[in-house]
Amino acid sequence: MRKGIFKNPLRRWFWLFLGPVTAAFTIGFVWPFIQGIYLSFCKFKLIRNATFIGFGNYVSALKDASFMHSFWYTALFALTSLVFINILGFAAAYALTQGIKGSNLYRTVFFMPNLIGGIVLGYIWSMIFDGILSRYGTSILLETKYGFWGLIILMCWQQIGYMMIIYIAGLQAVPEDMLEAAKIDGATKTQTLFKVTIPNVMPSITICTFLSLTNGFKLFDQNLALTGGQPFIIQPDGSTIKTTEMLALNIYNTFYNSNSASKGVAQAKAVLFFILVAGIGLAQLAYTRKREVQQ
Amino acid sequence: MKKIIALALTLIMVFALAASASAADSGSVYWLNFKPELDEAAQQLASMYTEETGVPVKVVTAASGTYSQTLTSEMDKSSAPTLFVIGNQAGVKEWGEFAMDLTDTPIANELNTDAYNLYDEDGRLVSIGYCFECYGIIVNPDLIEAAGHSMDELVNFEGLKAVAEDIHARADELGFDAFSSSDMDSSSSWRFTGHMANLEYYYEERDAGGWTECPPELTGAYMENFKNLYDLCINNSLTDPADLATGGHDAENEFKTGKAAFFVNGSWEYAAVSEAVPNATMIPYYCGVEGEEKAGLNCGTENCWAINDTVSDADKQATMDFMVWLVTDPEASQIMVDQLGVLPYKQVPESTNGFLAAANEYAANGHYVMDWATNYQPNVDDYRAALVSALNAYNADQSDANWELVKTAFVDGWAVQYQAANG
Repeated sequence: MRKGIFKNPLRRWFWLFLGPVTAAFTIGFVWPFIQGIYLSFCKFKLIRNATFIGFGNYVSALKDASFMHSFWYTALFALTSLVFINILGFAAAYALTQGIKGSNLYRTVFFMPNLIGGIVLGYIWSMIFDGILSRYGTSILLETKYGFWGLIILMCWQQIGYMMIIYIAGLQAVPEDMLEAAKIDGATKTQTLFKVTIPNVMPSITICTFLSLTNGFKLFDQNLALTGGQPFIIQPDGSTIKTTEMLALNIYNTFYNSNSASKGVAQAKAVLFFILVAGIGLAQLAYTRKREVQQ
Repeated sequence: MKKIIALALTLIMVFALAASASAADSGSVYWLNFKPELDEAAQQLASMYTEETGVPVKVVTAASGTYSQTLTSEMDKSSAPTLFVIGNQAGVKEWGEFAMDLTDTPIANELNTDAYNLYDEDGRLVSIGYCFECYGIIVNPDLIEAAGHSMDELVNFEGLKAVAEDIHARADELGFDAFSSSDMDSSSSWRFTGHMANLEYYYEERDAGGWTECPPELTGAYMENFKNLYDLCINNSLTDPADLATGGHDAENEFKTGKAAFFVNGSWEYAAVSEAVPNATMIPYYCGVEGEEKAGLNCGTENCWAINDTVSDADKQATMDFMVWLVTDPEASQIMVDQLGVLPYKQVPESTNGFLAAANEYAANGHYVMDWATNYQPNVDDYRAALVSALNAYNADQSDANWELVKTAFVDGWAVQYQAANG
């Protein structure tokens, strides 16, 4: 009887509570997303006068050599940054959970770069790099490899602190009794780290690898501000390959090309980009989840 | 408490509705401004106009270099700009269909020249110039004289080269250098990839008997002349050419503080420069072309107004009235002239801009005006970006191979970008 009174009003009014969130989600995500997919099949200059043209944009996007170049460049960047950020982030977290004096200060300092916006960071670092490289008569804008490693350094500097915080939370949740048992059983520090600690922080590793992988693929501001795609390879026919242009920047540059057909192509690239990032992200999640230990 | 909040919210809603309803009746103006340096004056003009007439005027200024992005997103909104900028033929192609035909409208009747107007393929007048500008090499005559030279020497490339190289060689002794820094970052590279490049386009255009639309290809016949002036500029300057890529040198400040005698820029710099160097003047891009003793400054504009044809008739009318007011009201047109230099309208006051005065003096003495052929650059952002990349490599290592790359980006890049934009 009591249960019924309680349940019925909830059934009748549940939409009132769900409504605002659903509306916000629909307006802010679902609708633009559907419209984005629709536009990738259209030729348009303004969204309101789009005309449906079918798969043409996807064909142009996949035939675009610059898109393919930026895909491989981005993949290489994302993997490299994933390895560096996570190893260094974990190492920092491990060091700062060993009871060193001033750990809290170090944590704060390491985390702080994460609070600075990407564009600002890009410009600041381009000055730092050029301050050094100009002594050798070169610049970050002159060599693809400088641009690549420059961006890796920048991303590590920005992201290690953030990943470190997640790893610290994971490390602090490793059960004391397990560590103690390992110690009593005579395990060395390395054995404890690899056999006890790391399996126990697998959930943090899952989250951190997911974040750094998708961040790597989606990178835009830092790429734009640090190199903007430079240096270009000027091919004999006058066309160019922007050697350090990543996927997101490639899509942006395509969208603002003066050709009236390019907006649809950019939109198709963006949909492919979404499928790629979502696919890779989910595959990676499934892979690392399997390795998580249930406590 | 809750009741008070509810009441307040209701009141806000009612006012908002009332406000939007009243604004719709008499039309309103939304000016999407293209020149960041005009923003302050434009805001002031907008509030002056609203105070005088009651018509609401909103001015939004796109950040430097992002006009096309801002315009694209703003044009899609239900309250789209009523007044925007179509600055060149590529813009006409892209945005012309959204522009009202201004032929024989009150604002067109106020113009004193047709020289800066842009027409589409059907002969519709889609945008009209609201100011004209000039660019060239800004010179500090005091420093030229302090170095023991005279302005009379600066009449051709040989003269300019002799003076610049002499000043650079004696820079330590003189305390100033020839050219201010020619940074290649986005805040400065357009002075070379957009403006100095014009000398090549202009002479090519002149040989072809004038361009009326973007040519699909360049011949590159005057690349050596571009190289002459460019080399002179980077090799006789305060900054080592290898340090130009990421920029960070303030060329304007170098000129204003008397550290450099030459500064490659345009008439819009007059207000900033003339305070420190009151007798600053401007000379043409001397580059070793035959007969260049008769060259004048590069005159033209990318500042052309278009009225959005898709907004309501009331808004179009309000916008037209506002434009006419800007170029006929004595106070408003004075502000416009102070900010923009020369306005091609019948009723506006005389300009006080020294560089535009120099441009007029050259023209009056029978020198040819170098028009802005650079406005035809196809797919302009990509084209210039490739040129910047090639120039960066050349600045760091001035080898023939690297100059070949600059030529490829300059000449073949034009054809590639023409195809990308029109193919």
